[in-house]
This record gives sequence, structure tokens and C-alpha cells, in this order.
Amino acid sequence: MLLQGTFITIQLALLSLVLGLVFGLLGAAMKLSPAWPLRLIAGFYTAVLRGVPELVVILFVYFGGVLIVNAVASTFGYDRYIDVSAFAAGVTALSLTFGAYATEIFRGAVMAVPKGQIEAARACGMSPATIGIRILLPQVWRFALPGLGNTFLIILKETALVSVIGLDELMRKTEIAVGYTKKPFTFFLAAAFIYLALTVVVMAAQRGLEARANRGVAGRARA
Amino acid sequence: MAESLTNRSQPALEVRGLEMSFGDLKVLRGIDLTAGRGDVVSIIGASGSGKSTFLRCINLLERPSAGTISVAGEEIRLRKSRDGGLEAVDRRQLQRIRSELGMVFQNFNLWSHFTILRNLTEGPQRVEGVSFAEARDRAEGLLEKVGLADKRDAYPAQLSGGQQQRAAIARALAMEPQALLFDEPTSALDPELVSEVLRVMQMLAEEGRTMIVVTHEMRFARDVSDKVMFFHQGLVEEEGSPEKVFDTPDSERCRQFLSRT
Repeated sequence: MLLQGTFITIQLALLSLVLGLVFGLLGAAMKLSPAWPLRLIAGFYTAVLRGVPELVVILFVYFGGVLIVNAVASTFGYDRYIDVSAFAAGVTALSLTFGAYATEIFRGAVMAVPKGQIEAARACGMSPATIGIRILLPQVWRFALPGLGNTFLIILKETALVSVIGLDELMRKTEIAVGYTKKPFTFFLAAAFIYLALTVVVMAAQRGLEARANRGVAGRARA
Repeated sequence: MAESLTNRSQPALEVRGLEMSFGDLKVLRGIDLTAGRGDVVSIIGASGSGKSTFLRCINLLERPSAGTISVAGEEIRLRKSRDGGLEAVDRRQLQRIRSELGMVFQNFNLWSHFTILRNLTEGPQRVEGVSFAEARDRAEGLLEKVGLADKRDAYPAQLSGGQQQRAAIARALAMEPQALLFDEPTSALDPELVSEVLRVMQMLAEEGRTMIVVTHEMRFARDVSDKVMFFHQGLVEEEGSPEKVFDTPDSERCRQFLSRT
């Protein structure tokens, strides 16, 4: 039973990671863009999503999502009540939040790439697209990894909050088990160990990726 | 082929009336430079005289506000941008001309996530579209030449400053450029590493490469150059053969500058 919940938790976290990385790259591109409306939108996004508690974001996306979906449906003449999946709402809320933190991480990472290396690429005649793909992004990845890993750990644990909207992930399955067996200590301890096991896997993966990304750089930024 | 034959009669690099300003500050106030094939031109002057800015304007890393730039007879087509600087009309033309001008920076600026070999093959592969095998053969020959054959699989951070700068020179050569631009190539080096870089540059000069060198190395400027230009406050204050500029300069400022170095 807890294993089923764990499986949902993993799906929730991984999907939020992938979508959140996309939001983060888009957000960073907007924040670094010369067009001020894009910078304004991205600034609003990161300010709100980083400033509101995760639990509020989840509830807001879930109940707000129900209102929006039904309003849109009724304008198309569909008047029966539509439910929003708790899983979809959870992924949306978590990936938006992860994306907001990732925006700032990517923005910092882009600025950490030595400008001289970009100049050297321009000076040998590379196009902006080639510079982005070959010179900038591989190094952005290297500078962003520690921050992304850290933030993902937090998001992984915040998946537990999605239990409040009734998604049968690890936390909710645990609570159900506790209610049924009246053995809170046993089951919460089991849940704690499962979360810990998941985060240990994430930390190991992060170390592996960092070691790979830092080949030859000795883990330090150089001019 | 026909094009390169006609180009042979043209100077490798010709700059006319180059001006540049940062806001209200005029950094360059009309600079002319002609470098024939195989010429080595050294640019000297106090810091703030505009010599590095001039070099960076030649391949449009900085935007000039007026003037023309031609490489092997082909003029970069420029237009006024909204901020008053000149920008390339055709980005592809600019990219092609940049690939004809190898640039060597004060801080080397090797790409730190690539091995030395990759640093040399990346430009030819991505800009000229040559195959990896061909780019690698070219790169290995050049690393041999600058004495870094055994460092091909090292990363830039594992090399000394002098080695990094020699690798950066090889990277510029890998593009088979018409001319090389050196922006104070030894200024960031520890004193004991300067000579290994100067030796490579002297070898290139003897091979008949066209080189524009912004430098504080007066010995190099005197011994290796065909022509020396002394910059002062955005103007060429003195220019001519090394003997003329170093031994019998007309300009009082040039004399003062040389007596201090």
C-alpha cells in the first residue's frame, strides 16, 4: 500500500522536475531578455511563486483550476460539472514553484559563464544559436546543478502537501494506514524512511551529474 | 579560387576613419590602418589611449560610430543602429569575416568545458563546417607547432597561463585566418611565462602571418614589427618603422611614453 503511494510520489516529483526545468529555462530567458514586458512577466512569476506558501499554491491551483475549467466549459455550452484531477493540479503547482526557483538558478548560472568565452566564440564567427548550444548551455548546466539539486530535494518532500487535495501519494496512503491500524509511529517512521531513501537517491544522482559536468574544471569557475 | 587571386593584391586588413564613443566620451577619433600581407603592426600607448578598443572594433566586438573596415578587400557592410553605433547589415557576412580574423585575448578565453583539442576543432567544425577528422588533423598539427601536442586531452584549467595562451593562439590559427589580432597577449601572464608566448608569436611573424598586436612588450614591438603605431587619446600620434618610432619620434608625448617604459 505504501509502495503504491511511493510510486505516485515519484511520478509526481519527476514530472514536476521536467516541467519545472522547462519553466525555469523559459523564465531565465525572459528575465535576461532585452524586452522589458518579458522581464516584467518573469519577475511577477518568480515573485509570486516564491512568495506564496506551497500549500496555498496547491490549494489555489486545485480549487481555482476547478472554477476555471468549468467556466471555460460552460462558455462552450457544456454545463455538467467537471472535476480536476488532483494529480494534474499537484504537478502544475509543484512544477510552477520549481520553475520559479529554477528561473533564478538558471539566471545566475548564465551570468556566471565568463563573458570572455562568449566573446571568443563571437570572434571566431559563431552564430548566436551555436554559441548558445555549444558554449553557453553546457556551462550553465554546470553552474546550475548544485542549486537545482537542492531545490529538487525540497520539491520532492513538498509532494507530501499534495495529500491535502486527496491524491493517493505516499503521505496520504500513510495517513490512511494509520487511521486503519492505529499504529501512527510505525507507519510515519516507514514513510520517513521512504522519503529519506528517495532523497538519498537524488543526492547520489546529483553528485554523479556534477562530477561529470565538472570534468577538467576542478569544480571551480574560472575566468 | 578566382576570388582569392584578386584578393591577393588587396591589403589583408584596411581600416579607414574609425571612430568610437562611449556616450559623450570619444574613445577613438579617426584611426587609419593598412596591413599588407605578412605585415606585423604593433600598437603601443598608455592605458586608456584606445588601443584595445580599436582592436576590438576591427571584428566588431565593440561598435564603432564611424569608419570602414575591409578584410582582404571585402568591406564589412555597416549601418547606423538606433543607439548611434554601427552594426553589421548582414550577420552572415560579419560571421564569415570574423572567421577570417583570428583573435587572441589577454585572458586567453579558452572554453573551459572543452579539452584543448576540442577548443581547436570547435570553430572549424561549427563555423566552417569541416569534418571532425579534418579539424582534428589541423588541430594536432597546430598543437605540435606551439609545443602542446601532449596537452591535447587536457582541459584549460589544467594548463599554465603560458600554455593556455599558446593554445589560444593555436585556436585562432585553426580557423586559417587572413590576419591575427592580439589584444595584449602577455599582460595577464607571470613574467617567467611571457617569453614562451612571444617566441610563438615571433615564429608566426617569420612565417609571414599578418598580425596586429596591441602590446606593452616594447622589445617585441621593436624587434618583430614592420610598423609601430603609438596611440594617444584616441588618435595615432606617431607611426612608422620601429627604428623611426623608437629612436627618432617626432612626437614629444611618444618620447615621454617610451622613456617611462
